[in-house]
Amino acid sequence: MSNLLSLITFIPLVGAAILALFLRGGDAAAARNARWFALAVSVITFLVSLKLLWGFNPADTGFQFVEDRPWILGLHYKMGVDGLSVLFVMLTTALMPLTIGACWSVETRVKEYMIAFLALESLMIGVFTALDLVLFYVFFEAGLIPMFLIIGIWGGKRRIYAAFKFFLYTFLGSVLMLVAMITMYVQAGTTDIPTLLQFHFSAGPFHLLGWQIAGGVQTLLWLAFFASFAVKMPMWPVHTWLPDAHVEAPTAGSVVLAAILLKMGGYGFLRFSIGMFPIASHLLAPLVVWMSAIAIVYTSLVALVQEDMKKLIAYSSVAHMGYVTMGIFAVNQQGVDGAIFQMLSHGFVSGALFLCVGVIYDRMHTREIAAYGGLVNRMPAYAVVFMFFTMANVGLPGTSGFVGEFLTLMGIFQVNTWVAAVAASGVILSASYALYLYRRVVVGDLVKEALKSITDMNLREKVIFAPLVAMTLLLGVYPSAVTDIIGPSVKALVTHYDTQVAAAFPTTKTATQLAKN
Amino acid sequence: MNPGDFSTVLPEVLVAVYAMAALLFGVYTGKDKAAGTILWATAAVFVAIAVWLGTMTGTHTAFSGMFINDAFARFAKVTVLLSAAVVMVIGQEFMAKRNLLRFEYPILIALSVLGMMLMISAGDLIALYMGLELQSLSLYVVASLQRDNAKSTEAGLKYFVLGALSSGLLLYGASLTYGFAGTTLFSGIVTTVHQGAMPIGLLFGLVFLLAGLAFKVSAVPFHMWTPDVYEGSPTPVTAFFATAPKVAAMALIARLAEGAFGSAPKDWGQIIAFLSVASMFVGAVAAIGQKDIKRLMAYSSISHMGFALMGLAAGTALGVKAMLIYMAIYVTMNIGTFAFILSMQKNGQPVTDIAALRQYSRREPLKALALLVLMFSLAGVPPMVGFIGKFYVIWAAVQAGLGGLAILGVIASVIGAFYYLRIVYFMYFGEEVEGIDSGVMNPVGYAALVVAAFIMVAGMVNLFGIEGLAQAAAQTLVH
Repeated sequence: MSNLLSLITFIPLVGAAILALFLRGGDAAAARNARWFALAVSVITFLVSLKLLWGFNPADTGFQFVEDRPWILGLHYKMGVDGLSVLFVMLTTALMPLTIGACWSVETRVKEYMIAFLALESLMIGVFTALDLVLFYVFFEAGLIPMFLIIGIWGGKRRIYAAFKFFLYTFLGSVLMLVAMITMYVQAGTTDIPTLLQFHFSAGPFHLLGWQIAGGVQTLLWLAFFASFAVKMPMWPVHTWLPDAHVEAPTAGSVVLAAILLKMGGYGFLRFSIGMFPIASHLLAPLVVWMSAIAIVYTSLVALVQEDMKKLIAYSSVAHMGYVTMGIFAVNQQGVDGAIFQMLSHGFVSGALFLCVGVIYDRMHTREIAAYGGLVNRMPAYAVVFMFFTMANVGLPGTSGFVGEFLTLMGIFQVNTWVAAVAASGVILSASYALYLYRRVVVGDLVKEALKSITDMNLREKVIFAPLVAMTLLLGVYPSAVTDIIGPSVKALVTHYDTQVAAAFPTTKTATQLAKN
Repeated sequence: MNPGDFSTVLPEVLVAVYAMAALLFGVYTGKDKAAGTILWATAAVFVAIAVWLGTMTGTHTAFSGMFINDAFARFAKVTVLLSAAVVMVIGQEFMAKRNLLRFEYPILIALSVLGMMLMISAGDLIALYMGLELQSLSLYVVASLQRDNAKSTEAGLKYFVLGALSSGLLLYGASLTYGFAGTTLFSGIVTTVHQGAMPIGLLFGLVFLLAGLAFKVSAVPFHMWTPDVYEGSPTPVTAFFATAPKVAAMALIARLAEGAFGSAPKDWGQIIAFLSVASMFVGAVAAIGQKDIKRLMAYSSISHMGFALMGLAAGTALGVKAMLIYMAIYVTMNIGTFAFILSMQKNGQPVTDIAALRQYSRREPLKALALLVLMFSLAGVPPMVGFIGKFYVIWAAVQAGLGGLAILGVIASVIGAFYYLRIVYFMYFGEEVEGIDSGVMNPVGYAALVVAAFIMVAGMVNLFGIEGLAQAAAQTLVH
C-alpha cells in the first residue's frame, strides 16, 4: 500500500472532523459517544500503524513507504520513514489510545477535547513522516494550535498564562527556523529532505556585521534550527515554558507534551542539525553538550525543591532531555542510539508518571506534594505502579530508563570525559528527587483526614498502565528490539557526519576515530 | 481616441455608465427605498465584470499607453471587484437596520471601485492621479455616511484632510518626476531611468510619490488616520476600507515602482523595505493594547500591509507574485472577519468591545471555530492559508538577499500573534459574562464567515489555482 503513511497520518484528523460535524448535543450520552469514538479512532490508527512496523525493513537506510505528490509553491507533499523516524510514529500511535483513555474523567466540553486530541495526533504523526521541509514545518507548527487550546480551555488556575507562554515561546523559536528553511530552499533549489541530506551547504567562513562566522552559512542555518528545537526540546536555559505548561495542562495534555511533543525537538536535531549541517554541528557540539550537562545537574537540583508533583516531573523531563541532546551531539553510534532510546523510553516513563499524578489528582484535586502521604495504605496497586515508574525514571537496570542513560553516557564519554562526569552525577540526583517524591507521597502513615477515603486504581486505570509497564520492562531487558531497527540508519547518519567533518577538518579526529584509539 | 482604445477601457466605461444609470434610477424612483435593489445590482455588476475580466487574455494598452490592461491589472481588478461585491452584500443588513442604507452608498462604492480600476491600469502619472482621486473622494464621503454621528463625521473629515495632504505630496512628486523625466508616461520615465545615473530630482519625485501612496495603503509612518477612520466609520464601510482600496493601492505601488522605476530597485527598494519593517512592527505592537475590535483590525491591516510590501521590496517577479497572493489571501481573511464583526451586537446595538466575546464558543461553537481559524490564519500559523502568504513574501525577500528583512518580519509576526490569540482567548478561555447576542447573524454574513474559514483550511491543498494566475500577472509586470 503506497499511501499507508498518509492513511496513518490522517485517520485521526478524519475522526476529528466526523466528531465535529456529526456528533450533536452536549449531554452525558453525547460525551460518552465522543470518548468511545475517539478511543476507537486512535486504536484503529494504532492497528494500521502496526502494518508500518511490520513492513519496515531495518537494513534499508533510505526512506521507505515514500509518497510524493506535487503541492503548492513548487513544494512536494512527500512522506516517508526511515530508521530514525519510524519508532516515533509508533510511539505516537501507541500512546494516543492510552492518553485518550486517561481523559475519561474530563467532564467539560468532552467533544471538543476529543477533537483537539485527535487533531493533535495527526499533526504529531505528520511531523515524523514529512519528507518536505515546509510540510514538516506545517505539521510542526500546527501542533501548537490544539495544544494551546488544550492548555487554555481545560487547564488549571494559571492556564491562560501558561497557554500564551507555551504558544509564543515555541512560535518565536520556529519562525526563525522558517527563515532558515526558506534560505535552504533558495540555496539548494529544493525542499526535499532526502535531497537536502545529500546537499552540501556552504561552510566557508564569512563576515557578518564585522564578526567572522566560522562554518559560514551552515552555522547560521544551524543556529536558526537550534532556536526552534532547543525551545521545543526543551534545553536549558530556554526550558522555562515547560514547567508552566505541564503544571497547568490537564493530565492527558501533560502526557502528550512529555511523551511525544518534546521528542519533536530531538527528532529535529537528528534529521536537520546533524544530517544537514554536519560542519556546524561539529563546531557547536561542545556548546550543546555542555548546555546539556548543565541542564541535567541544574534541573535535577531544581526538581529537588519542588512543591508541586507535576512541576517536579516536568523538571525531571528537562533533565532527561539533557541526556538526549548530549547523546545526539556526541554523534557516535552509542550516543545517537542512546538518545533515540532515551526518547522512546522517556515517552513511556514520563507519560506514565504524569498519569500517576493524574490518578491521585482526579481523586483529591490537588498536586501539592504536602497534601499526600502514606498512600500505600489505601492504594497498594497504585504504590506498586508508581514505584515501578519512579525506578524507571531513575534508570534502574532492567527498566528502559537505564539503557538510554547508559548508552548516552557511554557515547559522550568517548568524546568529552568531563561532560560525561558532570552528567553522570545527574544519575544520583535523579535518584534523590524521585525517591524523595515517592517517600513523601506514598510511604509512611496515612494521617491526613482527606486521604482516609481514597480509593485504589480502578480497572480503567489499570488497563492504561499495563501496556506502559510492559513496554518499559521489554525495552529494559531487550533493548535490541529498538536498536536493531534504528541501528543501520543511525550508522548511516554517523558515517555521513564523519565523512563531512573529516573532509572539512582534515586534522581533527572524529568521534568514531577517537573511540577506536 | 480610436475604437481599439474604447474596447480596452470598456469594463471601466461600463462601470461608469452603470453608476450614472443607478444614480438616475435612485433619484427618479424611491430614493432610499431603492437602495437595497441598487446595492444588489451593483454587486451583480461587479461580479459580472470580474468574470468578464477573468476571461480576457493578452496585454492591451489604450490612449498611447496611459491605460494598460494586462494580466497584472486583471488579477488586481478581479480581486477588487469580488471583494467589493462581497463586502457590500454582507453589510447590507447592518446598514438597513441602522437606517444607513442610503441609495448613494452603493453608487459611491461603484465610483470608488471605478477609481481603483483606473489606478490599477494606470500607465501614466495623470491617469494614476485621476483614478486615485476618484477613489479617495468617494471613500471620504462613505466614511462619514452616518451624518448624525460625531465619530463618523470625524472619521470622514480626518480622512479627507490627511488624504488631501497625501494627494498633495503625490502631486508634488509627480510634478518633479515630470520635470526631470520630461514625460508622465511610465514607459517614458523608465527610459530616462535606464539611461544611467538617476537624476536627483527624479529620486525626490519617487520619494514623494511613494509617500503619497504609502498613505493610501496605511503604511507606517503614514498610518495615523487608519485606526480613527476604521473606528469611526460604519462597520460595513470599515470592511470596505480594509479590503478593496488596499489591493488597488498596493497594485498601484507595484505598477509605479516596477513599471516606471523598474531597473532601480535598490533606490525604491530601500524605501519600501523601511515602510515594510516599520508597518510590521508598529502594527503588531500598537494592536496589543486595543480593546476595540475595529481598531485592532486597523492595526492588523497596517501590519499586513507591511508584509505585502516586503514582497515588493524584493523587486523581483517572485516578489510581485508574492504580494498579489498575499493580498488575495488578506482580503479573504478580512472579509470573513468583518462578516463576523458586523454580526456583533447586544440588544440590537453594535458592539466592538473585544471583551464582549467572552465564552462565545459555548454559545456559538461553529462561528467561534470559524473565527478561530481566521485568527490563526491572520497570525500566519500553519496549516492556515495565511501562513502561505507569509511564506511567499519571506521567500521573495530571502531570494532577493533581504534576509534581515525576513527575520524582522517573522519576529513581528510573533508579536502580532499575541493579539490574534487574545481574541481566541476571549472566545474560548474567558470568564462567562453577559456577552453579545447569539443567533443574530444574517445568512449572507454567516455564509461569508464560514466560506472564508473553509478557504483558509482547504486552500492549503492547491490555493485554488491562483498561483498560476499570480505568476502570469507578475511576469507581465517585471521583465
